[in-house]
Amino acid sequence: MSSRLEIRSSPHIKGVSSVETIMKNVVWSLLPICAFYVFQYGISALATLVVVTASCLLADRLFARLGGQSGDIGDWSATITGLLLALTIPPGFPLWMGFVIGFVAIALGKALFGGLGRNVFNPALVGRAFGQAAFPTAIATYTPSFMPGRFTEFIPSSLAMPFMTPADTSAWIAAAKLDAWAGATPLAKWKFETVLAPAIDLLTSIGGNLAVGPAPILIVLCGLYLAARRFLDWRIPVATLIGAALTGYVVYLLNPARYPDPVFVLLSGGLVLGAVYMATDMATSPVTPRGVWVYGGLIGFLTVIIRYFSGLPEGVMYSILIANAATPLIERVTQPRPFGTASLGKRKGRAVYPLLPAEPVDVAGREKDKK
Amino acid sequence: MNLLSLLRGEAFKRGIHPPQNKLTAERSIRRLPFASRLVVPLSQHIGKPARAVVRVGQEVVRGELIAEADGWLSVPHHAPATGFVEAIELRPSAKGPWEQSIVIKVQPGSTQEVQVAHPRDMGVLNPQEIIAAVQQTGMVGLGGAAFPSHAKMSVPKDAKVHTLVVNGCECEPYLTCDHRVMVEHADDLIEGIRHAMRATGAVRTVIGIEDNKMSAVEAIQAALMARHIPADQIAVQAVPTKYPQGAEKMLIMALFGVEVPSGGLPLAYGMVVLNVGTLAALGCLLPRGEGLVERVVTVTGPAVQRPGDYRVPIGTPMKFLLDYAGAPAESYQVILGGPMMGQAAASLDVPVTKGMSGLLVMRGADFCDRDDQKIYPCIKCGECVAACPMGLNPSLLGMLAAMRDYEPMGSQYHLGDCFECGSCSFVCPSSIPLVQQFRVAKQVLRERAVA
Repeated sequence: MSSRLEIRSSPHIKGVSSVETIMKNVVWSLLPICAFYVFQYGISALATLVVVTASCLLADRLFARLGGQSGDIGDWSATITGLLLALTIPPGFPLWMGFVIGFVAIALGKALFGGLGRNVFNPALVGRAFGQAAFPTAIATYTPSFMPGRFTEFIPSSLAMPFMTPADTSAWIAAAKLDAWAGATPLAKWKFETVLAPAIDLLTSIGGNLAVGPAPILIVLCGLYLAARRFLDWRIPVATLIGAALTGYVVYLLNPARYPDPVFVLLSGGLVLGAVYMATDMATSPVTPRGVWVYGGLIGFLTVIIRYFSGLPEGVMYSILIANAATPLIERVTQPRPFGTASLGKRKGRAVYPLLPAEPVDVAGREKDKK
Repeated sequence: MNLLSLLRGEAFKRGIHPPQNKLTAERSIRRLPFASRLVVPLSQHIGKPARAVVRVGQEVVRGELIAEADGWLSVPHHAPATGFVEAIELRPSAKGPWEQSIVIKVQPGSTQEVQVAHPRDMGVLNPQEIIAAVQQTGMVGLGGAAFPSHAKMSVPKDAKVHTLVVNGCECEPYLTCDHRVMVEHADDLIEGIRHAMRATGAVRTVIGIEDNKMSAVEAIQAALMARHIPADQIAVQAVPTKYPQGAEKMLIMALFGVEVPSGGLPLAYGMVVLNVGTLAALGCLLPRGEGLVERVVTVTGPAVQRPGDYRVPIGTPMKFLLDYAGAPAESYQVILGGPMMGQAAASLDVPVTKGMSGLLVMRGADFCDRDDQKIYPCIKCGECVAACPMGLNPSLLGMLAAMRDYEPMGSQYHLGDCFECGSCSFVCPSSIPLVQQFRVAKQVLRERAVA
């Protein structure tokens, strides 16, 4: 036996899960979604994904070098931020702007707070919110999916020179001679023209030339993989979708002529992507089991309220950011109930044995004495 | 995952499933030879150390009283071997501090039969006399806590006990000593249960055993059948395998569906919980009137050549036991007990004591899972909240502990309920030493409460 003995405090064994495993798996699960996005929009989408992710990684590396950061590039979290941010902006978003918001996402969304785990807001959404403020026109300019030449030519606005106004895409869209859907998202169509897109097209993102993101059905499948491997809290997307559907349904009942049915609410815009991938960001969502229901429900509720009653067609981003801000408060009021605080004698679970033996014991008398 | 727990029929919420690694479950208990010197510390239990009643140079026979109980919360010790007292001096203990110990030089030619016994008819004793007899055996909780058994069996005047819960869960990975005792000494166990029932006044007994030890369940059931003991008197129940099922509050939850109040004892429900190893030993020792001179210890680990459950004389040097079992030379951590809650031994020149249920020998390479992981800040994944059997919020407690803000941990976030099972540290993907920090925090709070 060696004389060198190490003394440690128990537990001496450790489960296999690690931050790297979680983050890596989120990246793997995002890859099919990214592939679908490229299938929809061609090389412009691919370039957006690459540029934004590279910009996030660059920023992450830079701030890690500067010091004071908790994680580093090996933890894969900046890759997730980049991919998610790229999926939330229009495919024809000028690449130089994508680079700027990717950098800002990491700088303001994560590095400012001290890095991985310390951020208050979802970094990808901080980047997108910055884009919304800095480039309001570009971030609202959508182009139709499945354009004929999408794998050989860029969307004209993509290749705008830095600090230059991007080329107008309307002439380019008109030249393609598509149907009426071109150029606007289904949400904007509904909000400003009160036209509803068919549910099946929204679910699969395939029919027509809708200006939509990757198919909600695919996102749900990828989310299911993560939930099954416990890398994602399934309760958050479920709560978000329930919150949105309920709110949407109530408003729909009040005025069916003016407001869309809950199915449209669920499938349109970025709700599913937000619910599955953004709201579930671990660092910015509550840890308490009851808290995640409140948090998810709040996101769903706010999304519908913003969509219906504000000037913006989409509300997922702001509702998640607001819920992120509310997370500490939600946690404070939803702390778990410690074991052993149930009232004496209250039975739960499936007990095998009666609390008292069959034989009469003088316990009832004692209980009475206590009272 | 709650749905999975439901499908598995798990009774208490949360908890974890560490790899079980019960390498020695199928090997029968073997007797360890005597080392040339045995070291019996006067303090092997919770409570006051015993008082030596032998002198240096005195000859002792196996089973002879060598130290008597000093007061109520104390137990006597008996000579684990025939020989003579070589010294009474300070010796290192496994947990670090040096303890006053009786060193016995074993007489090589002795047959090592237990020479001192006072056989008695247990049937005529009243509860007080049984409890006094339990104290005379020097019995402590053999599950690892080493709390004097007679004190645990004594029911306060204003309380009444109707149920004896026997804990055969052994939920720690690697350990199998309770399992083997249940399989091989079911009759002793039942005998011990009957004495404990009379001592406490319990009218029924439920033995809870994790369902990864069905051979133990069957052995005890067969012994009960052979003695025609009805199930409403002594029942055996398999409970789902899940860590920490062996915590008494979790076991009572699984069997009876009630939460033992925070800060309270099972006595609140008229229950007393005792470990199977303790009761099996009592069932053997009480009628014969002998003292506790040996115990079953699991010696195991990934590279131990002859792992197994050994019947070890109390006071056997740990090094002797490890060499006999063929522990690898490159061991670098020896854990007293299981890997989840056991303490790391500070030295190998220390004796096996009454509360030592297992020796787990690990090499450096066996810890790569643990040691290669980088520590990140809390990413608030919530795994620890989903694992804590006591329903605490380890994530929040960990952040408070990191800031050394101990006061609210105790006053607002129920740190006092933590029994240090280690589930939070086990699941943490950021490898934060949560329970380790909580131990420090609890110690600081205890000191502040005293000051």
